[in-house]
Amino acid sequence: MKEELFVSGRDIPFIDPVLHIWHWQIPLYLFVGGLAAGLIFFASYFYLSGKEKEYPIAVQVAPFLAPIVIVLGLIALLLDLRHPAFFWQLYTTIRLDSPMSWGAWTLGVVMPLSVLWPLTYIYEIRAYFDGKIKLAVNIIDWIIKLKNRYWVLEWVFDFSVKNRKAIAIINLVLSIVLGVYTGILLSAFNARPLWNTSLLGPLFLVSGLSTGAATIMWMAKDHHEKITFSRIDLLLIAIELFFIVHLFMGFLASTAVQQEAAALFLGGEFTAVFWGFFVMGGLVFPAILEILELIGYKIPISIPAFFILFGGALFRFIMVEAGQITRYLY
Amino acid sequence: MRYAMAMDTKKCVGCSDCVVACQTENNVPHGYCRDWIVENVDGTYPNLELELRSERCNHCDDTPCVRTCPTGASHIIEGGIVKVTHVECIGCGACIQACPYDARYFHPDGYVDKCTFCDHRVAKGQETACVAVCPTKCLYFGDLEDYNSPVSKVLRERKWKVNAPEAGTKPQVYFLI
Repeated sequence: MKEELFVSGRDIPFIDPVLHIWHWQIPLYLFVGGLAAGLIFFASYFYLSGKEKEYPIAVQVAPFLAPIVIVLGLIALLLDLRHPAFFWQLYTTIRLDSPMSWGAWTLGVVMPLSVLWPLTYIYEIRAYFDGKIKLAVNIIDWIIKLKNRYWVLEWVFDFSVKNRKAIAIINLVLSIVLGVYTGILLSAFNARPLWNTSLLGPLFLVSGLSTGAATIMWMAKDHHEKITFSRIDLLLIAIELFFIVHLFMGFLASTAVQQEAAALFLGGEFTAVFWGFFVMGGLVFPAILEILELIGYKIPISIPAFFILFGGALFRFIMVEAGQITRYLY
Repeated sequence: MRYAMAMDTKKCVGCSDCVVACQTENNVPHGYCRDWIVENVDGTYPNLELELRSERCNHCDDTPCVRTCPTGASHIIEGGIVKVTHVECIGCGACIQACPYDARYFHPDGYVDKCTFCDHRVAKGQETACVAVCPTKCLYFGDLEDYNSPVSKVLRERKWKVNAPEAGTKPQVYFLI
Protein backbone atom coordinates (compact mmCIF):
# COMPACT_ATOMS: atom_id res chain seq x y z
CA MET A 1 0.00 0.00 0.00
CA LYS A 2 1.12 3.50 -0.69
CA GLU A 3 -1.10 6.30 0.42
CA GLU A 4 -0.45 10.00 0.18
CA LEU A 5 -2.49 12.62 2.00
CA PHE A 6 -2.27 16.37 2.08
CA VAL A 7 -2.93 17.00 5.74
CA SER A 8 -2.51 20.76 5.70
CA GLY A 9 -5.70 21.55 3.82
CA ARG A 10 -4.10 22.01 0.44
CA ASP A 11 -7.14 22.83 -1.64
CA ILE A 12 -5.94 25.11 -4.38
CA PRO A 13 -8.87 25.55 -6.78
CA PHE A 14 -8.22 24.12 -10.27
CA ILE A 15 -4.91 22.62 -9.16
CA ASP A 16 -5.79 19.97 -6.58
CA PRO A 17 -6.45 17.13 -6.89
CA VAL A 18 -5.41 17.32 -10.55
CA LEU A 19 -3.61 20.04 -12.39
CA HIS A 20 -6.51 20.88 -14.63
CA ILE A 21 -6.09 24.54 -15.52
CA TRP A 22 -6.55 24.48 -19.30
CA HIS A 23 -10.12 24.06 -20.43
CA TRP A 24 -11.77 24.26 -23.88
CA GLN A 25 -9.86 27.36 -25.00
CA ILE A 26 -6.44 25.76 -25.50
CA PRO A 27 -7.57 22.69 -27.52
CA LEU A 28 -9.87 24.87 -29.64
CA TYR A 29 -6.96 27.17 -30.37
CA LEU A 30 -4.66 24.23 -31.18
CA PHE A 31 -7.30 22.93 -33.60
CA VAL A 32 -7.86 26.18 -35.48
CA GLY A 33 -4.10 26.84 -35.48
CA GLY A 34 -3.53 23.49 -37.19
CA LEU A 35 -6.43 24.08 -39.60
CA ALA A 36 -5.10 27.52 -40.56
CA ALA A 37 -1.62 26.06 -40.99
CA GLY A 38 -3.03 23.41 -43.34
CA LEU A 39 -5.00 25.91 -45.44
CA ILE A 40 -2.08 28.33 -45.74
CA PHE A 41 0.38 25.54 -46.48
CA PHE A 42 -1.60 24.08 -49.40
CA ALA A 43 -2.36 27.54 -50.83
CA SER A 44 1.31 28.55 -50.77
CA TYR A 45 2.59 25.19 -51.95
CA PHE A 46 0.30 24.89 -54.97
CA TYR A 47 0.80 28.55 -55.85
CA LEU A 48 4.58 28.17 -55.81
CA SER A 49 4.45 24.98 -57.85
CA GLY A 50 2.45 26.87 -60.49
CA LYS A 51 -0.78 24.92 -60.11
CA GLU A 52 -3.00 27.89 -59.31
CA LYS A 53 -5.31 27.18 -62.26
CA GLU A 54 -5.44 23.46 -61.51
CA TYR A 55 -6.46 23.89 -57.86
CA PRO A 56 -8.29 27.22 -57.71
CA ILE A 57 -10.15 26.53 -54.46
CA ALA A 58 -7.00 25.56 -52.56
CA VAL A 59 -4.96 28.53 -53.76
CA GLN A 60 -7.55 31.28 -54.19
CA VAL A 61 -10.66 30.64 -52.14
CA ALA A 62 -10.08 28.39 -49.12
CA PRO A 63 -7.34 30.58 -47.51
CA PHE A 64 -9.97 33.22 -46.67
CA LEU A 65 -10.94 30.91 -43.79
CA ALA A 66 -7.45 31.11 -42.27
CA PRO A 67 -7.61 34.63 -40.78
CA ILE A 68 -11.18 33.98 -39.56
CA VAL A 69 -10.25 30.84 -37.65
CA ILE A 70 -7.00 32.39 -36.37
CA VAL A 71 -9.00 35.29 -34.91
CA LEU A 72 -11.36 32.78 -33.26
CA GLY A 73 -8.31 31.01 -31.82
CA LEU A 74 -6.82 34.27 -30.57
CA ILE A 75 -10.09 35.14 -28.83
CA ALA A 76 -10.06 31.71 -27.19
CA LEU A 77 -6.44 32.27 -26.11
CA LEU A 78 -7.27 35.64 -24.62
CA LEU A 79 -10.20 34.11 -22.74
CA ASP A 80 -7.81 31.53 -21.32
CA LEU A 81 -5.47 34.11 -19.79
CA ARG A 82 -6.10 34.89 -16.11
CA HIS A 83 -4.32 38.22 -16.40
CA PRO A 84 -5.53 39.20 -19.90
CA ALA A 85 -4.92 42.94 -19.50
CA PHE A 86 -1.20 42.14 -19.58
CA PHE A 87 -1.26 40.07 -22.81
CA TRP A 88 0.93 42.66 -24.57
CA GLN A 89 3.81 41.53 -22.34
CA LEU A 90 4.14 38.66 -24.87
CA TYR A 91 5.41 41.18 -27.41
CA THR A 92 7.91 42.94 -25.19
CA THR A 93 10.36 40.06 -25.33
CA ILE A 94 11.43 37.11 -27.44
CA ARG A 95 12.22 34.02 -25.40
CA LEU A 96 13.53 31.27 -27.62
CA ASP A 97 13.33 28.74 -24.77
CA SER A 98 9.59 29.19 -24.47
CA PRO A 99 7.46 27.66 -27.26
CA MET A 100 4.59 29.90 -26.23
CA SER A 101 6.74 32.96 -26.87
CA TRP A 102 7.78 32.07 -30.39
CA GLY A 103 4.27 30.80 -31.02
CA ALA A 104 2.93 34.23 -30.11
CA TRP A 105 5.43 35.87 -32.47
CA THR A 106 4.65 33.41 -35.27
CA LEU A 107 0.96 34.21 -34.92
CA GLY A 108 1.81 37.91 -34.90
CA VAL A 109 3.41 37.52 -38.35
CA VAL A 110 1.04 34.89 -39.78
CA MET A 111 -2.07 36.87 -38.87
CA PRO A 112 -1.47 39.92 -41.17
CA LEU A 113 -0.06 37.72 -43.97
CA SER A 114 -3.09 35.44 -43.78
CA VAL A 115 -5.26 38.52 -44.34
CA LEU A 116 -3.17 39.76 -47.30
CA TRP A 117 -3.31 36.47 -49.21
CA PRO A 118 -7.12 36.18 -49.62
CA LEU A 119 -7.25 39.95 -50.16
CA THR A 120 -5.33 39.49 -53.39
CA TYR A 121 -7.95 36.99 -54.55
CA ILE A 122 -10.97 38.94 -53.37
CA TYR A 123 -12.72 38.84 -56.78
CA GLU A 124 -12.25 35.08 -57.07
CA ILE A 125 -13.65 34.60 -53.56
CA ARG A 126 -16.60 36.82 -54.50
CA ALA A 127 -17.23 34.70 -57.58
CA TYR A 128 -17.19 31.56 -55.43
CA PHE A 129 -19.91 32.88 -53.13
CA ASP A 130 -21.92 34.66 -55.82
CA GLY A 131 -25.45 33.33 -55.89
CA LYS A 132 -24.76 31.07 -52.91
CA ILE A 133 -24.28 33.04 -49.70
CA LYS A 134 -25.64 36.56 -49.89
CA LEU A 135 -24.10 37.73 -46.61
CA ALA A 136 -20.59 36.76 -47.71
CA VAL A 137 -21.03 38.59 -51.02
CA ASN A 138 -22.26 41.69 -49.20
CA ILE A 139 -19.27 41.67 -46.86
CA ILE A 140 -16.85 41.23 -49.77
CA ASP A 141 -18.55 44.06 -51.69
CA TRP A 142 -18.16 46.26 -48.64
CA ILE A 143 -14.44 45.41 -48.41
CA ILE A 144 -14.01 46.19 -52.13
CA LYS A 145 -15.81 49.51 -51.60
CA LEU A 146 -13.49 50.35 -48.70
CA LYS A 147 -10.48 49.46 -50.82
CA ASN A 148 -11.60 51.79 -53.60
CA ARG A 149 -12.23 54.62 -51.20
CA TYR A 150 -8.98 54.68 -49.21
CA TRP A 151 -5.67 54.89 -51.04
CA VAL A 152 -3.83 53.12 -48.18
CA LEU A 153 -5.92 49.98 -48.64
CA GLU A 154 -5.57 50.27 -52.40
CA TRP A 155 -1.82 50.45 -52.00
CA VAL A 156 -1.77 47.40 -49.63
CA PHE A 157 -3.87 45.52 -52.18
CA ASP A 158 -1.60 46.35 -55.11
CA PHE A 159 1.49 45.65 -53.04
CA SER A 160 0.19 42.20 -52.06
CA VAL A 161 -0.81 41.28 -55.61
CA LYS A 162 2.66 42.30 -56.85
CA ASN A 163 4.43 40.40 -54.06
CA ARG A 164 2.30 37.25 -54.07
CA LYS A 165 5.33 35.04 -54.56
CA ALA A 166 7.21 36.52 -51.59
CA ILE A 167 4.13 36.16 -49.38
CA ALA A 168 3.71 32.55 -50.52
CA ILE A 169 7.32 31.70 -49.63
CA ILE A 170 7.06 33.25 -46.14
CA ASN A 171 3.65 31.63 -45.62
CA LEU A 172 4.96 28.20 -46.63
CA VAL A 173 7.63 28.33 -43.93
CA LEU A 174 5.44 29.96 -41.28
CA SER A 175 2.55 27.54 -41.83
CA ILE A 176 4.86 24.64 -41.00
CA VAL A 177 6.18 26.49 -37.94
CA LEU A 178 2.58 27.17 -36.87
CA GLY A 179 1.56 23.53 -37.38
CA VAL A 180 4.54 22.15 -35.49
CA TYR A 181 4.19 24.78 -32.77
CA THR A 182 0.72 23.58 -31.79
CA GLY A 183 2.32 20.27 -30.80
CA ILE A 184 5.62 21.60 -29.43
CA LEU A 185 3.66 23.87 -27.11
CA LEU A 186 2.53 20.78 -25.24
CA SER A 187 5.67 18.68 -25.59
CA ALA A 188 7.77 21.33 -23.82
CA PHE A 189 6.18 20.47 -20.49
CA ASN A 190 8.23 17.65 -19.07
CA ALA A 191 6.10 17.66 -15.92
CA ARG A 192 3.17 16.24 -17.96
CA PRO A 193 4.48 12.87 -19.19
CA LEU A 194 1.77 12.38 -21.84
CA TRP A 195 2.82 15.58 -23.62
CA ASN A 196 6.52 15.18 -23.10
CA THR A 197 7.37 13.47 -26.38
CA SER A 198 9.01 14.98 -29.43
CA LEU A 199 6.56 13.09 -31.68
CA LEU A 200 3.80 15.53 -30.72
CA GLY A 201 5.19 18.26 -33.03
CA PRO A 202 5.08 16.22 -36.27
CA LEU A 203 1.85 14.50 -35.20
CA PHE A 204 0.03 17.81 -34.69
CA LEU A 205 1.49 19.16 -37.95
CA VAL A 206 0.22 16.17 -39.96
CA SER A 207 -3.15 16.31 -38.23
CA GLY A 208 -3.41 20.04 -38.95
CA LEU A 209 -2.51 19.56 -42.63
CA SER A 210 -5.08 16.79 -42.82
CA THR A 211 -7.87 19.02 -41.48
CA GLY A 212 -6.77 21.71 -43.97
CA ALA A 213 -6.92 19.23 -46.86
CA ALA A 214 -10.36 18.05 -45.68
CA THR A 215 -11.66 21.63 -45.71
CA ILE A 216 -10.34 22.26 -49.23
CA MET A 217 -11.82 18.97 -50.47
CA TRP A 218 -15.17 19.94 -48.92
CA MET A 219 -15.14 23.35 -50.64
CA ALA A 220 -13.84 22.20 -54.00
CA LYS A 221 -16.25 22.24 -56.96
CA ASP A 222 -14.11 20.61 -59.59
CA HIS A 223 -13.87 16.79 -59.51
CA HIS A 224 -10.12 16.76 -60.19
CA GLU A 225 -9.41 19.04 -57.22
CA LYS A 226 -11.67 17.00 -54.93
CA ILE A 227 -9.92 13.77 -55.88
CA THR A 228 -6.43 15.25 -55.48
CA PHE A 229 -7.13 16.51 -51.97
CA SER A 230 -8.89 13.30 -51.08
CA ARG A 231 -5.67 11.48 -52.02
CA ILE A 232 -3.48 13.92 -50.09
CA ASP A 233 -5.76 13.46 -47.11
CA LEU A 234 -5.53 9.67 -47.31
CA LEU A 235 -1.76 9.88 -47.27
CA LEU A 236 -1.82 12.24 -44.27
CA ILE A 237 -4.21 9.94 -42.38
CA ALA A 238 -1.86 7.02 -43.03
CA ILE A 239 1.09 9.02 -41.65
CA GLU A 240 -1.01 10.07 -38.66
CA LEU A 241 -1.93 6.46 -37.84
CA PHE A 242 1.74 5.52 -38.16
CA PHE A 243 2.71 8.31 -35.73
CA ILE A 244 0.02 7.28 -33.24
CA VAL A 245 1.28 3.71 -33.15
CA HIS A 246 4.81 5.01 -32.63
CA LEU A 247 3.63 7.40 -29.92
CA PHE A 248 2.33 4.52 -27.85
CA MET A 249 5.31 2.30 -28.65
CA GLY A 250 7.50 5.09 -27.30
CA PHE A 251 5.42 5.51 -24.16
CA LEU A 252 5.36 1.81 -23.37
CA ALA A 253 9.13 1.54 -23.77
CA SER A 254 9.75 4.59 -21.60
CA THR A 255 9.72 5.48 -17.90
CA ALA A 256 7.03 4.55 -15.38
CA VAL A 257 5.28 7.93 -15.62
CA GLN A 258 4.97 7.65 -19.41
CA GLN A 259 3.74 4.07 -19.14
CA GLU A 260 1.06 5.36 -16.77
CA ALA A 261 0.22 8.09 -19.28
CA ALA A 262 -0.19 5.49 -22.03
CA ALA A 263 -2.34 3.37 -19.71
CA LEU A 264 -4.97 6.13 -19.78
CA PHE A 265 -5.48 5.20 -23.44
CA LEU A 266 -4.87 1.46 -23.20
CA GLY A 267 -7.66 0.44 -20.85
CA GLY A 268 -7.90 3.69 -18.91
CA GLU A 269 -10.57 6.35 -18.98
CA PHE A 270 -9.70 7.74 -22.42
CA THR A 271 -9.62 4.37 -24.22
CA ALA A 272 -13.12 4.50 -25.71
CA VAL A 273 -13.11 8.13 -26.74
CA PHE A 274 -9.59 7.97 -28.21
CA TRP A 275 -9.71 4.70 -30.16
CA GLY A 276 -13.47 4.66 -30.80
CA PHE A 277 -14.26 8.25 -31.67
CA PHE A 278 -10.92 9.71 -32.75
CA VAL A 279 -9.01 6.83 -34.38
CA MET A 280 -12.00 4.90 -35.78
CA GLY A 281 -14.49 7.78 -36.27
CA GLY A 282 -12.05 10.56 -37.14
CA LEU A 283 -9.38 8.69 -39.13
CA VAL A 284 -10.28 5.16 -40.24
CA PHE A 285 -13.95 5.75 -41.10
CA PRO A 286 -13.35 8.83 -43.30
CA ALA A 287 -10.34 7.07 -44.85
CA ILE A 288 -12.57 4.12 -45.85
CA LEU A 289 -15.15 6.52 -47.32
CA GLU A 290 -12.41 8.29 -49.30
CA ILE A 291 -11.09 4.99 -50.63
CA LEU A 292 -14.61 3.98 -51.69
CA GLU A 293 -14.99 7.37 -53.38
CA LEU A 294 -11.68 6.96 -55.20
CA ILE A 295 -12.59 3.54 -56.55
CA GLY A 296 -15.79 4.92 -57.97
CA TYR A 297 -18.59 4.79 -55.39
CA LYS A 298 -20.72 7.93 -55.12
CA ILE A 299 -20.25 9.35 -51.63
CA PRO A 300 -20.94 12.98 -50.69
CA ILE A 301 -17.50 14.43 -49.95
CA SER A 302 -18.89 16.41 -47.01
CA ILE A 303 -19.21 13.23 -44.89
CA PRO A 304 -15.52 12.21 -44.75
CA ALA A 305 -14.52 15.91 -44.56
CA PHE A 306 -16.77 16.48 -41.56
CA PHE A 307 -15.48 13.41 -39.74
CA ILE A 308 -11.85 14.41 -40.32
CA LEU A 309 -12.46 17.89 -38.93
CA PHE A 310 -14.38 16.41 -36.01
CA GLY A 311 -11.56 13.93 -35.34
CA GLY A 312 -8.92 16.67 -35.52
CA ALA A 313 -10.74 18.77 -32.94
CA LEU A 314 -11.48 15.78 -30.70
CA PHE A 315 -7.83 14.69 -30.80
CA ARG A 316 -6.70 18.02 -29.37
CA PHE A 317 -9.38 18.06 -26.70
CA ILE A 318 -8.38 14.55 -25.60
CA MET A 319 -4.66 15.30 -25.55
CA VAL A 320 -5.03 18.53 -23.54
CA GLU A 321 -7.50 16.94 -21.12
CA ALA A 322 -5.56 13.71 -20.59
CA GLY A 323 -2.16 15.39 -20.43
CA GLN A 324 -3.18 17.44 -17.43
CA ILE A 325 -4.01 14.29 -15.48
CA THR A 326 -0.58 12.74 -16.01
CA ARG A 327 2.12 13.77 -13.55
CA TYR A 328 5.19 12.75 -11.63
CA LEU A 329 4.45 10.79 -8.48
CA TYR A 330 6.91 10.82 -5.66
CA MET B 1 25.25 32.09 -3.32
CA ARG B 2 22.79 29.22 -3.55
CA TYR B 3 19.89 29.19 -1.14
CA ALA B 4 18.47 25.80 -0.27
CA MET B 5 16.27 24.19 2.34
CA ALA B 6 16.51 20.91 4.19
CA MET B 7 13.55 19.29 5.91
CA ASP B 8 13.88 16.57 8.52
CA THR B 9 11.21 13.92 7.82
CA LYS B 10 12.11 12.20 11.11
CA LYS B 11 11.44 15.24 13.29
CA CYS B 12 8.35 16.69 11.58
CA VAL B 13 5.06 16.07 13.40
CA GLY B 14 2.85 17.52 10.67
CA CYS B 15 1.51 20.41 12.76
CA SER B 16 1.14 22.73 9.71
CA ASP B 17 2.66 25.69 11.55
CA CYS B 18 4.91 26.34 8.54
CA VAL B 19 1.82 26.55 6.30
CA VAL B 20 0.03 29.05 8.54
CA ALA B 21 3.19 31.10 9.10
CA CYS B 22 3.67 31.40 5.33
CA GLN B 23 0.03 32.37 4.75
CA THR B 24 0.31 35.07 7.42
CA GLU B 25 3.73 36.38 6.43
CA ASN B 26 3.01 36.55 2.71
CA ASN B 27 -0.65 37.52 2.84
CA VAL B 28 -1.64 34.40 0.91
CA PRO B 29 -5.33 34.59 -0.05
CA HIS B 30 -7.76 32.41 1.87
CA GLY B 31 -7.92 28.84 0.58
CA TYR B 32 -4.48 28.94 -1.01
CA CYS B 33 -1.05 28.03 0.28
CA ARG B 34 2.53 28.22 -0.90
CA ASP B 35 3.72 25.31 1.24
CA TRP B 36 1.89 22.23 2.39
CA ILE B 37 2.28 19.03 4.42
CA VAL B 38 2.22 15.59 2.85
CA GLU B 39 1.59 12.49 4.92
CA ASN B 40 2.97 9.43 3.19
CA VAL B 41 2.02 5.97 4.44
CA ASP B 42 3.89 3.04 2.98
CA GLY B 43 3.79 -0.71 3.65
CA THR B 44 1.33 -3.45 4.60
CA TYR B 45 -0.43 -3.57 7.96
CA PRO B 46 0.96 -3.97 10.58
CA ASN B 47 4.32 -2.97 9.09
CA LEU B 48 3.47 0.59 8.14
CA GLU B 49 5.84 3.46 7.74
CA LEU B 50 4.77 7.08 7.98
CA GLU B 51 6.68 9.92 6.44
CA LEU B 52 5.75 13.55 6.89
CA ARG B 53 7.04 16.15 4.48
CA SER B 54 6.70 19.89 4.44
CA GLU B 55 6.78 20.72 0.72
CA ARG B 56 7.08 23.93 -1.24
CA CYS B 57 8.65 25.26 -4.45
CA ASN B 58 11.99 23.48 -4.90
CA HIS B 59 13.71 26.55 -6.38
CA CYS B 60 15.27 24.18 -8.89
CA ASP B 61 18.61 24.63 -10.63
CA ASP B 62 17.06 23.60 -13.95
CA THR B 63 13.76 25.47 -13.99
CA PRO B 64 11.10 24.31 -16.48
CA CYS B 65 8.80 27.09 -15.20
CA VAL B 66 11.24 29.85 -16.12
CA ARG B 67 12.05 28.13 -19.42
CA THR B 68 8.42 27.91 -20.57
CA CYS B 69 7.36 31.38 -19.40
CA PRO B 70 6.61 33.36 -22.59
CA THR B 71 7.06 36.83 -21.09
CA GLY B 72 9.96 36.44 -18.68
CA ALA B 73 7.69 37.08 -15.68
CA SER B 74 9.09 33.91 -14.09
CA HIS B 75 12.73 34.60 -13.34
CA ILE B 76 15.60 33.67 -11.05
CA ILE B 77 17.08 36.17 -8.63
CA GLU B 78 20.37 36.03 -6.77
CA GLY B 79 20.76 32.89 -4.71
CA GLY B 80 18.72 30.81 -7.17
CA ILE B 81 15.33 31.93 -5.86
CA VAL B 82 12.58 31.57 -8.48
CA LYS B 83 10.15 34.48 -8.49
CA VAL B 84 7.25 35.84 -10.57
CA THR B 85 6.90 39.50 -11.54
CA HIS B 86 3.16 40.10 -11.17
CA VAL B 87 2.83 42.85 -13.78
CA GLU B 88 4.64 40.79 -16.43
CA CYS B 89 2.58 37.65 -15.83
CA ILE B 90 -0.25 37.16 -18.34
CA GLY B 91 -1.75 34.19 -16.49
CA CYS B 92 -1.31 31.71 -19.34
CA GLY B 93 -0.59 28.79 -17.00
CA ALA B 94 2.49 27.51 -18.86
CA CYS B 95 4.62 27.50 -15.70
CA ILE B 96 1.92 25.66 -13.74
CA GLN B 97 1.87 22.96 -16.41
CA ALA B 98 5.67 22.87 -16.43
CA CYS B 99 6.14 22.31 -12.67
CA PRO B 100 6.42 18.64 -11.63
CA TYR B 101 5.81 19.67 -8.00
CA ASP B 102 2.55 21.58 -8.50
CA ALA B 103 4.11 24.41 -6.52
CA ARG B 104 2.43 27.24 -8.42
CA TYR B 105 -1.15 28.47 -8.45
CA PHE B 106 -3.27 31.23 -9.93
CA HIS B 107 -3.67 34.06 -7.45
CA PRO B 108 -7.30 35.31 -7.47
CA ASP B 109 -5.96 38.55 -8.99
CA GLY B 110 -4.89 36.61 -12.10
CA TYR B 111 -1.14 36.31 -11.85
CA VAL B 112 0.75 33.18 -10.85
CA ASP B 113 1.97 33.02 -7.28
CA LYS B 114 4.40 30.75 -5.45
CA CYS B 115 6.91 30.37 -2.61
CA THR B 116 9.59 33.08 -2.70
CA PHE B 117 11.87 31.55 -0.04
CA CYS B 118 10.76 34.72 1.85
CA ASP B 119 13.37 36.70 -0.07
CA HIS B 120 12.19 39.90 1.67
CA ARG B 121 13.16 38.37 5.03
CA VAL B 122 16.30 36.65 3.74
CA ALA B 123 17.58 39.95 2.34
CA LYS B 124 17.43 41.33 5.89
CA GLY B 125 19.39 38.37 7.23
CA GLN B 126 16.34 36.69 8.74
CA GLU B 127 15.15 33.11 8.27
CA THR B 128 12.13 32.31 6.12
CA ALA B 129 8.79 32.45 7.97
CA CYS B 130 8.29 28.67 7.87
CA VAL B 131 11.74 27.98 9.29
CA ALA B 132 11.35 30.62 11.99
CA VAL B 133 8.15 29.13 13.44
CA CYS B 134 8.83 25.39 13.16
CA PRO B 135 8.32 24.08 16.73
CA THR B 136 10.37 20.90 16.17
CA LYS B 137 13.16 22.77 14.36
CA CYS B 138 12.90 20.33 11.47
CA LEU B 139 13.46 22.96 8.76
CA TYR B 140 16.91 24.25 7.83
CA PHE B 141 17.60 27.15 5.51
CA GLY B 142 20.79 28.69 4.26
CA ASP B 143 23.43 29.14 1.60
CA LEU B 144 24.79 25.89 0.15
CA GLU B 145 28.01 27.62 -0.86
CA ASP B 146 28.62 28.64 2.76
CA TYR B 147 30.34 25.69 4.44
CA ASN B 148 28.99 26.62 7.87
CA SER B 149 25.36 27.39 6.99
CA PRO B 150 22.78 25.22 8.82
CA VAL B 151 21.68 23.58 5.58
CA SER B 152 25.24 22.74 4.43
CA LYS B 153 26.02 21.23 7.82
CA VAL B 154 22.95 19.05 8.04
CA LEU B 155 23.29 17.84 4.44
CA ARG B 156 26.86 16.75 5.24
CA GLU B 157 25.80 14.89 8.35
CA ARG B 158 22.61 13.20 7.24
CA LYS B 159 21.29 11.06 4.39
CA TRP B 160 18.85 12.90 2.17
CA LYS B 161 16.65 12.62 -0.90
CA VAL B 162 14.86 15.04 -3.21
CA ASN B 163 11.41 14.86 -4.80
CA ALA B 164 11.17 13.46 -8.34
CA PRO B 165 14.87 13.75 -9.29
CA GLU B 166 13.92 11.90 -12.51
CA ALA B 167 12.12 15.05 -13.68
CA GLY B 168 15.59 16.51 -14.24
CA THR B 169 14.93 19.78 -12.44
CA LYS B 170 17.72 19.53 -9.83
CA PRO B 171 15.46 20.52 -6.90
CA GLN B 172 16.98 22.43 -3.98
CA VAL B 173 14.66 21.37 -1.18
CA TYR B 174 16.26 18.37 0.49
CA PHE B 175 14.45 15.81 2.64
CA LEU B 176 16.51 14.24 5.43
CA ILE B 177 15.79 10.53 5.85
